[in-house]
Amino acid sequence: MHLIHHKKQLSPNISLFEIDAPLIAKKHQAGNFVILRINEFGERIPLTIVDSNKENGRITLIVQSIGKTTEMMKNLETGDFIKDLVGPLGEATPITNYGTVVCVGGGVGTAVIYPLAKALKDAGNKVISITGAQNAAAVILEDEMHSCSDELILTTDDGSTGKKGFVTHALSELLKSEIKPDYVFTTGPLGMMKAVSELTKSWKIPTMASLNPIMMDGTGMCGACRVTVGNELKFACVDGPEFDAHAIDFDELITRNGNYKKIEKKAVKNGVSKVTCKTGVPA
Amino acid sequence: MRRSREKKPAYEKKIPLKPKERMAINRHMPIEKNPECRVQNFTEVSDGFNVELASQEALRCLECNDPVCTQGCPVNVDIRSFIGMIYQKDYQGAINKIRESNYLPAICGRVCPQESLCEQVCLVGKRNEPLAIGKLERFVADFERNNGGISVPEKQPPKNQKVAVIGSGPGGLTAAADLAVRGYDVTIFEALHEAGGVLKFGIPEFRLPKHIVDAEIDRIKALGVEIQTNVLIGKTITIDELYDEMGFLAVYIGTGAGSPRFMNIPGENLSEVYSASEVLTRVNLMKSYKFPEYDTPIKMGKRIAIIGGGDVAMDAARTSKRFNPERTMLLYRRSREEMPARAEEIHHAEEEGIDFRFLTNPIAILGDEDGHVTRIECQKMELGPPDENGRQRPIPVPDSNFIIEADTVIMAIGQNPNPIIQQTTPGLETTKWGTITVNEDGETSRKGIFAGGDISRGGATVIQAVADGKLAAASIDSYLETLRN
Ligand SMILES: Cc1cc2nc3c(=O)[nH]c(=O)nc-3n(C[C@H](O)[C@H](O)[C@H](O)COP(=O)(O)OP(=O)(O)OC[C@H]3O[C@@H](n4cnc5c(N)ncnc54)[C@H](O)[C@@H]3O)c2cc1C
Ligand SMILES: Cc1cc2nc3c(=O)[nH]c(=O)nc-3n(C[C@H](O)[C@H](O)[C@H](O)COP(=O)(O)OP(=O)(O)OC[C@H]3O[C@@H](n4cnc5c(N)ncnc54)[C@H](O)[C@@H]3O)c2cc1C
Ligand code: SF4
Ligand code: SF4
Ligand code: FES
Repeated sequence: MHLIHHKKQLSPNISLFEIDAPLIAKKHQAGNFVILRINEFGERIPLTIVDSNKENGRITLIVQSIGKTTEMMKNLETGDFIKDLVGPLGEATPITNYGTVVCVGGGVGTAVIYPLAKALKDAGNKVISITGAQNAAAVILEDEMHSCSDELILTTDDGSTGKKGFVTHALSELLKSEIKPDYVFTTGPLGMMKAVSELTKSWKIPTMASLNPIMMDGTGMCGACRVTVGNELKFACVDGPEFDAHAIDFDELITRNGNYKKIEKKAVKNGVSKVTCKTGVPA
Repeated sequence: MRRSREKKPAYEKKIPLKPKERMAINRHMPIEKNPECRVQNFTEVSDGFNVELASQEALRCLECNDPVCTQGCPVNVDIRSFIGMIYQKDYQGAINKIRESNYLPAICGRVCPQESLCEQVCLVGKRNEPLAIGKLERFVADFERNNGGISVPEKQPPKNQKVAVIGSGPGGLTAAADLAVRGYDVTIFEALHEAGGVLKFGIPEFRLPKHIVDAEIDRIKALGVEIQTNVLIGKTITIDELYDEMGFLAVYIGTGAGSPRFMNIPGENLSEVYSASEVLTRVNLMKSYKFPEYDTPIKMGKRIAIIGGGDVAMDAARTSKRFNPERTMLLYRRSREEMPARAEEIHHAEEEGIDFRFLTNPIAILGDEDGHVTRIECQKMELGPPDENGRQRPIPVPDSNFIIEADTVIMAIGQNPNPIIQQTTPGLETTKWGTITVNEDGETSRKGIFAGGDISRGGATVIQAVADGKLAAASIDSYLETLRN
């Protein structure tokens, strides 16, 4: 059982949790994730470790509500518990001084890019960040991203704050300017990462994408998370979740990730309101 | 293996029948649920022996002077004695006798491939069918559990030395139990949220009910073994940290061979192609057969094809059959005789209406424009000359390609060793297959680190993992003794 020390609603659909997990906090490196299960009946879901504090043994998770488990998490509050939590999983991001890097995060992907941007900044890179959200209300981590970026370009689909348009528009403009990034990191919805990858491929800029396939165990045991990278089969939970974006078969992953769409809707219908998860134990 | 050779007192026969009379009795079968009913749920196929059947089966034992059955068992259960006690209706004595050699009798009695172990060598088998040793073992274990008898073996005085066991499969559980009895402080670290390894996430409920696994695990906890779930050794804590920071003095690695293999054929990553491990883990560990009461979904189509011919393939086939498809097919590239699965499981699969397609080799999985599986392109095979294991090698028949309609494909062609420990533990020697190398004492290339079960053997059996766990416990005991002096 892991205590939720602090819960905060960042936007209508995105919540932040600070959770007691000393062993994980101690080991966390940028790029790692955890798998959690909120109660006895719960699904195991992967979430990026956004931040960690080795002194007080806490980790930060930022969760967008899109299905049953993530909706239920929205109902958890400070003082509640998470039943199972395992990590840190996945390979850490290779952090060095690349020179100038661009970090592109879309939606809740901003939470995934934040630890990378921070680590890249600490390693001496010039960090330019581009983050995208649907509208002003959905913007998350603006201050945090500012603090670790030399330049932050904020975009919204409707232009309610920042630049109007998608992150790819901002990236494209940036690449056309005199700035020549040495590396691009991208996290967010698969369609967005695919578009970013196509763009940087045409500019021949090495790019790393952090993938979010469906996972179950997170230890390399089920193959649900498999992706094709450069014609090789990789298990994202142990070989990734970050890969060379230009080698990833995004289309394959996009269809695979849609596999449970219809069924998951049934889980939401059947449950979120009925099942409470106070103290991690279903009512 | 080291075994004491002290002279045993002569065995006193307990069953008052002449050998001829014993041999004349035919083997008894427990009642099994009707196949048509059982494919509609996940309840256990066999009810096991009742007192009556167990007593009658016990009568068949010759109480051999040289009980070869015991040699056929990897942990040398004293079969003759426990069967004699069943005859005398001393069930507690019988289970205690078994537990002297095996901490997991309710499990082994159900899943051991007895036909190639203890029962294969049973003398009665020379003329008639061998004793139903596994079913008798299961009977006494179930009898004890159902009648509330839990006797914890006496523990040796505390040695105040800490041992870490990695992985809570049958090997890890056995090593932990044995070490706890010997007086060590034992902690098991398990990556998943529940203990039990393949017994929990692999072998289906209808062959091995999970409450039985839990009962055996509770017994091991009662010995003082601590089980920490949700700890992935190598990531959460490394083996070196177990030594340097946490004060453990010896380690047993029992992390198993759980990483699924794929065939590398076109279409293998379409949406409805799963590894057997994924299907079985969703159903067993995550209880997706109770979706939406449990949150984890599973998507099974109407025409399911399983690829493979081992125990895992049978389990995947029979599991998928329970989701009410129109058809479950099993595609195997050799013929029935070469299938590595246990005879009993093939029989159960046939009874349940699994449609076996032999000499059939998939070469591509085809899908529609949305990436959903629609068909499998296969090749006819024929059997060529035997390979190095004496099994006839399948060779493709030219121009024999054909199509099988399917909307779900389950790959059950084997598993590789879990790699995380090997990658994160410097100095640990591995083979070219990725298994951890051990010597005859179960010790790895690093002093004080022992390993066994599937992580050192590749895919093996529950009882082999149990045997390895016992061997490692004995070796760890000798090793830690040298540290005490
Ligand atoms: C390595 C990794 C890191 C991640 N980090 C974060 C994070 O920091 N914050 C965050 O909010 N989310 C993150 N995700 C995504 C998150 O795991 C999913 O949103 C979550 O599993 C959905 O669970 P659910 O029960 O709420 O939804 P479900 O009801 O299971 O699914 C709802 C819908 O989402 C689809 N879906 C299922 N699993 C995923 C998935 N893994 N990714 C995308 N779509 C999915 C389903 O097909 C369905 O259409 C990460 C995923 C991975 C693999
Ligand atoms: C579907 C299926 C059916 C089978 N049927 C039979 C049968 O009928 N009869 C039979 O005798 N055998 C059968 N087997 C084989 C048998 O289950 C295995 O040989 C046996 O379970 C191996 O035991 P083990 O102790 O090596 O570990 P496993 O049972 O493989 O368990 C290993 C455990 O270690 C954990 N782990 C892995 N890595 C780490 C880590 N880094 N840190 C912490 N924990 C970790 C895993 O999560 C797992 O719980 C079957 C196997 C499968 C997959
Ligand atoms: S443990 Fe397995 S092999 Fe040994 S006697 Fe029991 S059933 Fe037979
Ligand atoms: S070999 Fe068969 S008959 Fe002989 S003691 Fe063993 S079980 Fe009984
Ligand atoms: S999540 Fe199961 S292998 Fe990656």
